Amino acid sequence: MSVLVYTENWDGKFKKLSYELVSYAKTVAALAGGDVTALSIGSVDQDELSTLGNYGASLVLSADAAPSGLDNQVYTSIIAAAMEKCGARILVLAHNNTGKALAPRLSVKLKAGLAAAVIAVPESAGPLVVNKKVYSGKAFAKVEILTDKAILTLSQNSFEICETGGTATVEAFDPDVDVAAAATSIQDVQKQEGKLLLSDADVVISGGRGMKSPDNWAPIEELATLLEGATACSRPVSDEGWRPHSEHTGQTGKIIAPNLYMAFGISGAIQHLAGVSSSKCIVAVNTDKDAPIFEAADYGIVGDALKVLPELISEIRAARAQ
Amino acid sequence: MRILVCISNVPDTTTKVKFSTDLTSFDDSGVQWIINPWDELALTRAMELKEDASNPVSGVSVVSVGSALVEPTLRKTLAIGADDAIRVDANSSDAHYVAAQLAAVAANGDYGAILCGIESSDYNGSAVGGMISEILGIPSVSAVSGLKFAGDKVVLSRDIDGGKEEVSVPAPFVAVVQKGIAREPRIAAMRGIMMARKKPLQVVPAVEAETFTAYKSFAMPEPKAPCRMVDADNVKELVHLLQNEAKVL
Ligand SMILES: Cc1cc2nc3c(=O)[nH]c(=O)nc-3n(C[C@H](O)[C@H](O)[C@H](O)COP(=O)(O)OP(=O)(O)OC[C@H]3O[C@@H](n4cnc5c(N)ncnc54)[C@H](O)[C@@H]3O)c2cc1C
Repeated sequence: MSVLVYTENWDGKFKKLSYELVSYAKTVAALAGGDVTALSIGSVDQDELSTLGNYGASLVLSADAAPSGLDNQVYTSIIAAAMEKCGARILVLAHNNTGKALAPRLSVKLKAGLAAAVIAVPESAGPLVVNKKVYSGKAFAKVEILTDKAILTLSQNSFEICETGGTATVEAFDPDVDVAAAATSIQDVQKQEGKLLLSDADVVISGGRGMKSPDNWAPIEELATLLEGATACSRPVSDEGWRPHSEHTGQTGKIIAPNLYMAFGISGAIQHLAGVSSSKCIVAVNTDKDAPIFEAADYGIVGDALKVLPELISEIRAARAQ
Repeated sequence: MRILVCISNVPDTTTKVKFSTDLTSFDDSGVQWIINPWDELALTRAMELKEDASNPVSGVSVVSVGSALVEPTLRKTLAIGADDAIRVDANSSDAHYVAAQLAAVAANGDYGAILCGIESSDYNGSAVGGMISEILGIPSVSAVSGLKFAGDKVVLSRDIDGGKEEVSVPAPFVAVVQKGIAREPRIAAMRGIMMARKKPLQVVPAVEAETFTAYKSFAMPEPKAPCRMVDADNVKELVHLLQNEAKVL
């Protein structure tokens, strides 16, 4: 049973999640007995495309022609055509904005059961049974796919990227899809330039209402820069306009799973934890020793974030200088 | 244009999740049911659009798939301001089955915009909205955080990873909405609650539809080891632990 994986690129380069998806697809294909084909849509360099072999893809289909923005219908048609071309029965996408937009349409078009937000390799391939998050990460469920074909969207950072040293054949893919027929048209794009994407970051430094004022964010940014990470915040902070909405993490914001999540002045309300509790290591600094964040944290300091932050920055600098 | 808002009835977001002893079903004893938070924001935006006379919105309907237990939630949407409600009399946890029911309701009415929340806070499938659009063969835009009218087109803002886009779309369409689409959900006022009693809540039978998935069992996460506390005067110790024990620095 072969596996098709839809990879995503940004400015012509693969996103980190694409390597995670291909690594995951390789393990799924090993279980199901088949190969991995990776599909790339949009303009990506030949050299970049062939790197997918190193993560387990044996074939890379490159569909150069694409609408200027994500048109769900056109993309769905291209991916469905790729499924047919490589005879795959399992399709893997990321559980991000793009995957969430495309997977359900593909589920209907391909008559393929969809398991969304999966966190592990299926425990069996026939029938396909896989573990996924439910109740906003408060629990897990085993879902059985009842259809012949299956679609899995992988929760981010749930699978280690593994390099196999393999090589992939890159093939131009020109399906019979009218790209110009896109019903949606992009009127305006505002790209966040030069900043590490929150969803891609291994380290996330986050501030809550306990930071008291937007004027106090400089050390949060400094620490993020020092650790090559991204900044985030709790919902009231973005609602107040102290920080942009793109930084809001939690049930109604971004769901992230970095290696290190540091929460300064965040109470750890259940809705906040829903977005960050899959982080590998959580550090919390809060003045209230009973704040619920300490139940989710691995390391904690009861103290004033505004005092701890500068000390933390200088101690990390000192430790690194050694 | 009429707007159809799809409503999922979910446990309150602060619910302590429990399952039956054999772990095959959700234990709903003592659970408070609410409008799925993203659906509530979708409804709020639909009401704002309808109330502003410069928009071509003639009415807002809501629809939910479920047993009679979802009716209090539907009444709440009527109290908030929806004009009429439809309940599809069926129970299912499979996204395709549910989407097929909602698509059938949408196809039966003259709706220009169908709004769905990006996910439901129980199964987190992020599936239903996209599925409805594919079943109906109409455009969909996902991760929508803004919706306004511009002439005969509708302009949606959507979040992309690393930015924002404005997308125009012809009606009919499905918008899969998230936070930002409206600021705060509305609370029903007394007058709304009184009026809601008189508004139509129609119950329709389910249509034939396939089930694509089945939930076999549930599990709770492993309990976490207790948090290791470090003295506020010893930040150096925290750095040491993060470097040598957690190995994350
Ligand atoms: C349907 C729904 C969805 C929601 N979705 C989200 C979501 O996605 N994300 C989210 O974050 N929230 C969400 N919320 C809100 C959530 O319930 C909390 O209100 C919110 O997370 C609290 O943010 P906070 O911890 O920054 O602020 P507060 O609750 O005000 O807590 C501030 C914390 O800072 C501490 N503090 C104060 N001063 C200092 C100091 N000097 N140094 C250190 N600590 C200090 C306090 O002890 C306190 O613990 C949602 C709520 C609902 C109802």
